[in-house]
Amino acid sequence: MNAAAGSASPHVVETHGVGKVFETGDAAVTALDGIDLTIRSGEFVSLIGPSGCGKSTLLRIIGDLTDPSGGELRVNGKSARQARLDRDYGMVFQAPVLMDWRNVASNIELPLEVMGFPREDRARRSAALVKLVELEGFEGKHPWQLSGGMQQRVAIARALAFDPKLLLMDEPFGALDEMTRERMNLEVMRIWRETGTTIVFVTHSIPEAVFLSTRVVVMSARPGRISRVVDVDLPQPRTVDTREEPRYFSLVTTVREALRAHLVDTEPLDDLGDARIRAEGIS
Amino acid sequence: MTVASPIIGAGRPVAAPTIRGTVSRRRRAAGAVVLLGLVVLVWEGAKWLGGDPWRIHGTVLGIRVDYEHFPAFNWRIADDLSLPHVWDVIRAFVDPAQRNGPPLGLILAGQALFTFREALTGFAFGGLLGLGLGILFVHSRLAERALVPYVVASQTIPILAISPIIVVATQAGWLSVAIISAYLTFFPVTIGALRGLRAADPRAFELLRSYAASGRQVLRQLRLPASVPYLFAAFRIAAAASVIGAIIGELPSGISDGLGSAILNYNQYYILGPEKLWATIIACSFVGIAFVGLVRLAESLLTRGRYRPVDR
Amino acid sequence: MTRSSPLSSWLPALLLAVVVLALWEGASIVLGLQTFLLPRPSLIVGKLVELWPSTLARGIAFTASEALVGLVTGVACGTLVGLATARWRTARETLVPIGIGASTVPIIAFAPITINWFGPESMLPRVIIVAVMVFFPTMVNTIRGLTQVEPAALELMSSYAATDRQTLMKLRVPNALPFWFTALRIAMTLSVIGAVVGEFFGGPLYSLGIYITNQTGVSDYASAWAAIVLACFLGIAFYFAAILLERLLVPWYAAREAAR
Repeated sequence: MNAAAGSASPHVVETHGVGKVFETGDAAVTALDGIDLTIRSGEFVSLIGPSGCGKSTLLRIIGDLTDPSGGELRVNGKSARQARLDRDYGMVFQAPVLMDWRNVASNIELPLEVMGFPREDRARRSAALVKLVELEGFEGKHPWQLSGGMQQRVAIARALAFDPKLLLMDEPFGALDEMTRERMNLEVMRIWRETGTTIVFVTHSIPEAVFLSTRVVVMSARPGRISRVVDVDLPQPRTVDTREEPRYFSLVTTVREALRAHLVDTEPLDDLGDARIRAEGIS
Repeated sequence: MTVASPIIGAGRPVAAPTIRGTVSRRRRAAGAVVLLGLVVLVWEGAKWLGGDPWRIHGTVLGIRVDYEHFPAFNWRIADDLSLPHVWDVIRAFVDPAQRNGPPLGLILAGQALFTFREALTGFAFGGLLGLGLGILFVHSRLAERALVPYVVASQTIPILAISPIIVVATQAGWLSVAIISAYLTFFPVTIGALRGLRAADPRAFELLRSYAASGRQVLRQLRLPASVPYLFAAFRIAAAASVIGAIIGELPSGISDGLGSAILNYNQYYILGPEKLWATIIACSFVGIAFVGLVRLAESLLTRGRYRPVDR
Repeated sequence: MTRSSPLSSWLPALLLAVVVLALWEGASIVLGLQTFLLPRPSLIVGKLVELWPSTLARGIAFTASEALVGLVTGVACGTLVGLATARWRTARETLVPIGIGASTVPIIAFAPITINWFGPESMLPRVIIVAVMVFFPTMVNTIRGLTQVEPAALELMSSYAATDRQTLMKLRVPNALPFWFTALRIAMTLSVIGAVVGEFFGGPLYSLGIYITNQTGVSDYASAWAAIVLACFLGIAFYFAAILLERLLVPWYAAREAAR
């Protein structure tokens, strides 16, 4: 494992019984229930599951964008709010969320400006990050002049600009085509290796989850629970060839079956069926 | 007022036109009532502080009221001539405009109807012209390139400045007023139509293309239905503009009917009854609000359940 | 519509205007048309030159000042009210519909009242009308620009633990600028209309609005047209001033629109 950032606890994220209930009008929907998850420093953890399993909600709870309804959550040994105030998080959303009025370099510098980095420091960092995400020559371009993949790379560079201890990525490549997506996966791998940042990654894609992660957290829906955690013991560094290995395929199968098993097993259960009807009646 | 306003805002970050939900209606009404209350409060407050002495003697709802108040200050714009009491303005609607004549409210209603007819005629002509231009522009790139700059330029000049000459030139009384009204109307409709006729999903165009649909079929089946929310957004603006056009057009027309001429008339005899001018202006506002209200009503009747509702 | 480069897109229109003017002039001379209501261009220009020193220069200065002072006042107030209230949901959800509703009220009809308050010779009556007219669209667009921000962008700022002030300055205000400039274009045009039409109800004799009505009244159409041409020029100049200011202050916006 990479350096534990000098903190007493090597655990970057620790949750105990975290739950989330959305109140919608007259009924309540349990989006997350009894989430126990520990993420160590330097890990790459993917959250995967069907729509409505609460994987994005869990990510947003970890990132203090949503409050949990119950349970305990520590990030770097602090509350999520404190971690946010300490600027521990780098966020990457599905949409790049770039500011149209800023060019590539100054978009990357946005968090640095907010955090009061001196000008020379900002310029130095953004130059290094432009290089890291391989956008040299595009520093002066505005977002609308870039392709979707390039925009997402700017968003990643921006998230890394202030060396956050934890990178939270919410389906960052969901809107990209398969080829761009695979290339971006390789790039994320490289960045993860070079920076040693802990990454929590939400995705819909089983191959993506297996390829990137050290652990895949499989979730089930209604209510959102962790149904299985799959350790991905593929060797590092992962390359194009990783996707050809038999072990990769067997892990993909394991994750797929974990996802499917849960659906088949639980569907006929009465109590879940009811919950489902209720949830759908509302949504 | 927004003479042909979003004009120039066309194609820019104005909120996309939407079919309104009903959620905000109550809030809007409440906001309007609060605002009205505030206006009355400031109005009478100014008069209480710096107007002419208040001498209210009479019976309100069977209760005898005797109230006298001598304001501390003496402001020119708060005296009874500049700013009549709110209740005096309201009473002006009921009181006869001339000795033994019909009440002013009735006269104003007639004038308002006259102005409304001009505005409606202008609105109809302008709306058709605007829609026609919109359809022309989406089908002919050349026409769009050559004419759209003129359409935009036509609104940067204070067209109302030409109204005196238009009125003299056409010598047609209320019809010439309708022409001015149409001029203010056509622009927002053109721009709204241009945006709306292009608003449909590009994939839907490709779908119709795969059916080998004719240009007219594309227009009927796709462009026009897709443009309806945009058109109604434009009609709302156009309705307000057409009323302004009608009122202003009446000023130099010399015709004795309509709210514009009523404004001139009561302005001339302002000293004899300032509340009459105020009442006329309120009637003008009412025509504007009523016309836009009618457009909204038509919109909700024609589009309800057919377009995705958006709550604001 | 082409917004990409204003010059190249407006050039054909300008050329067409020149051609039309030339044809009109030529036809009037060759065919000897009696263009009483619509004198030929050279006559109008002649009148313009002739009347410029005595009345028109004063007129346009007066009317332009009314428009400008009213514009600045109204836009400033609208912007400030927008900035002050956008933060509160209730305030903006009340104010925006009122601002939109105000556009259905013919504010110009209030001109006689303001003239009765301050007298026709003063600039104040038209300044007030113009200010009120431009106030509402400015306020509405300011509020919209400050609040119609991508929710994810707000979350991004929140993940940086940005202060409210930082979110305002780095996200909301830049986001609002295009909206604000849209309002400014509308306001620029409205201000000239408000000033000229406000003068129809009363103003000094040399002011453009009064001059146009008076000359029309005595059938001196060439002089009326000279003043109308000036009023149009004023409107176009104001409009282009808004565009120029926008290009200077938010250059990225025009570039983005052009790229679409």
